[in-house]
Amino acid sequence: MAKEELPGVLILDIGGTQGVLENLAALLKKHFHLITMKEFLENKEEMSKKIQSVFVFECRPTIDRELLESLPNLKVIGNSGVGVDHLDLKMISSFGVKVTNTPHAVADPTADIGMALMLASARRLVEGCQIAVSPDTKHFAVDWLGVEVTRATLGIIGMGSIGYKVAQRARAFNMRILYHNRNRRRKEEEEAVGAHYCEKMEDLLQQSDFVMLIVNLTPETHRLIGKKELSLMKPTATLINISRGAVIDQDALVEALQSKVIRAAALDVTYPEPLPRDHPLLKLNNVIITPHIGTATVQAIHMMAEEAIANILAVLNGQPIPSEVFPK
Amino acid sequence: MEGGELPGLLVNEIGGICGILHSHVAFLRKHFYLITMKELLENRKHLSRKVQAIYLWWHKPVIDRELLQSLPNLKVIANSGVGMDHLDLKLVASFGVKMANAPRAVCSSTADAGMALLLASARRLVEVHHIAISSSMDYCEADILGVKVSGATLGIIGMGRIGYKIALRAKAFEMKILYHNRTQRKAQEEQAVGATYCEKIDSLLQQADFVMVAVSLTPQTRNLIGKRELELMKPTATLVNISRGAVVDQEALVMALQTGVIWAAALDVTYPEPLPRDHPLLKLKNVIITPHLGIKTDKTTYMITEEAVENILAALNGLPMPSEVLPS
Repeated sequence: MAKEELPGVLILDIGGTQGVLENLAALLKKHFHLITMKEFLENKEEMSKKIQSVFVFECRPTIDRELLESLPNLKVIGNSGVGVDHLDLKMISSFGVKVTNTPHAVADPTADIGMALMLASARRLVEGCQIAVSPDTKHFAVDWLGVEVTRATLGIIGMGSIGYKVAQRARAFNMRILYHNRNRRRKEEEEAVGAHYCEKMEDLLQQSDFVMLIVNLTPETHRLIGKKELSLMKPTATLINISRGAVIDQDALVEALQSKVIRAAALDVTYPEPLPRDHPLLKLNNVIITPHIGTATVQAIHMMAEEAIANILAVLNGQPIPSEVFPK
Repeated sequence: MEGGELPGLLVNEIGGICGILHSHVAFLRKHFYLITMKELLENRKHLSRKVQAIYLWWHKPVIDRELLQSLPNLKVIANSGVGMDHLDLKLVASFGVKMANAPRAVCSSTADAGMALLLASARRLVEVHHIAISSSMDYCEADILGVKVSGATLGIIGMGRIGYKIALRAKAFEMKILYHNRTQRKAQEEQAVGATYCEKIDSLLQQADFVMVAVSLTPQTRNLIGKRELELMKPTATLVNISRGAVVDQEALVMALQTGVIWAAALDVTYPEPLPRDHPLLKLKNVIITPHLGIKTDKTTYMITEEAVENILAALNGLPMPSEVLPS
């Protein structure tokens, strides 16, 4: 099919620090006429009619009212990733545009990152690597110790697909698993991973050696973990966040880490991303921060693009949509 | 035990660079009269007869003929940890002294460390943490993309207690598990972790995305992984070593990492430890090195001491020792 006959998809850019990776662009080109934001802005009249979809990669391009008004034939926004807190679902819906996400592609790699951060924090991996290569190191101190993961208690806040996969992995480390969720899981699901439901989040916080946040960001989960919740945690406990930065009150977290109210934190997400370079979280030695790499694998990026493409095509072809997201 | 003196236990030192942990002293003093090497050397006449047992903490004190000859009532040497490659087993046995290691205490913690290193390497945790906290905010997606762990192929070389615990953990990540061992495990054991036996190490090396080395160091396993083995590995594969540095030909490894013969390495052990500060391994971007932290947790170090005490008391009471080690 000639390039111009394929439905148009708008992306921010190809390559660079903000754009879609080259090989993903190639994937998109198989099904769509790829239009970058620059091309669109340079030739609005012609391009605006061609754009039937937008591929949102790492929250870019920003979807605002102005953009939606300028795309008369827009039918779908295909988000790469599962979180859609960066999209105004009501506003987009008011234009008759559908929104889709990619829940399947993100689950495994994000669960893996949760486990990676928990293990790295517990065993002081980043610090250990620094010691191993430091020019000042003459010997390895024998009283330099981390904390045990095997048989420790993991409290999972948010037991959706990703939370459940974390529970499956943690079980293999003989961890005792507690979870807190809007809804309780079925008994068979709980038994399969040995997870105990904590109706009160406070109970989970008080008993856990590791607390892992795996919720969606919604008005209800905004600042879910604040001063009160941190003070309920054990002083030997570690907080791991793989959900969204805004689920935690960051100022309260800094305070808690500085005064050893909790032992450590490992954050794949912050608010904003990235943090300003003078932010106290960057200086604390009991924090590991990673730049939102939950789905940053060669394979996952590819799978997310394929899942987004499948969703976009389903919308454009009037077929059942695998993962549509609706405003509340 | 009857009244009177507790049996004398020789240790290298208490606290300090390589001494017994302060937190273990009270427990040891319940069962033994603790004698440090310094005290022994200052008061040989009086103290040498009292020493009935030695507790080696990180391979110290060094056990040589001179020491063995000077301790007429020595009955047992207990090692902290499972590796015995630093001991001349035949020499010790020739003095009628029994030996024990701590195989049970070390397994879970070492398996956890193996998984921590595998995940950290695959997801470039150390590298991206430094990007997240660095003063510059410029990076491309390509700089932070790792490789998947879930669903990848893990080849375990050395399927003893530790190797098997790694298999249990890796199974929960839905990894495909291959293993190579002196002997094949029982069918039920293989099935429980979904592991496939590779009689030839070559077959494992050719298929694995991650090669985890978990053997003991013996004359047969010295330089087990050399140029030939590294070249059999996939260029996208990662080598993880949690056994002993000398199991890997370090020069060959440096070469392989520099020329892209393999993708990356994660080493909890090297030869020597620590490496000289100008060693090429410290400079390679695709290597993470940790300071032999396999058993370095509060719980596991304590369990090791408990296991050592159990063995020592059994030996002194003429009972079967839980983990006696005999010369081959």
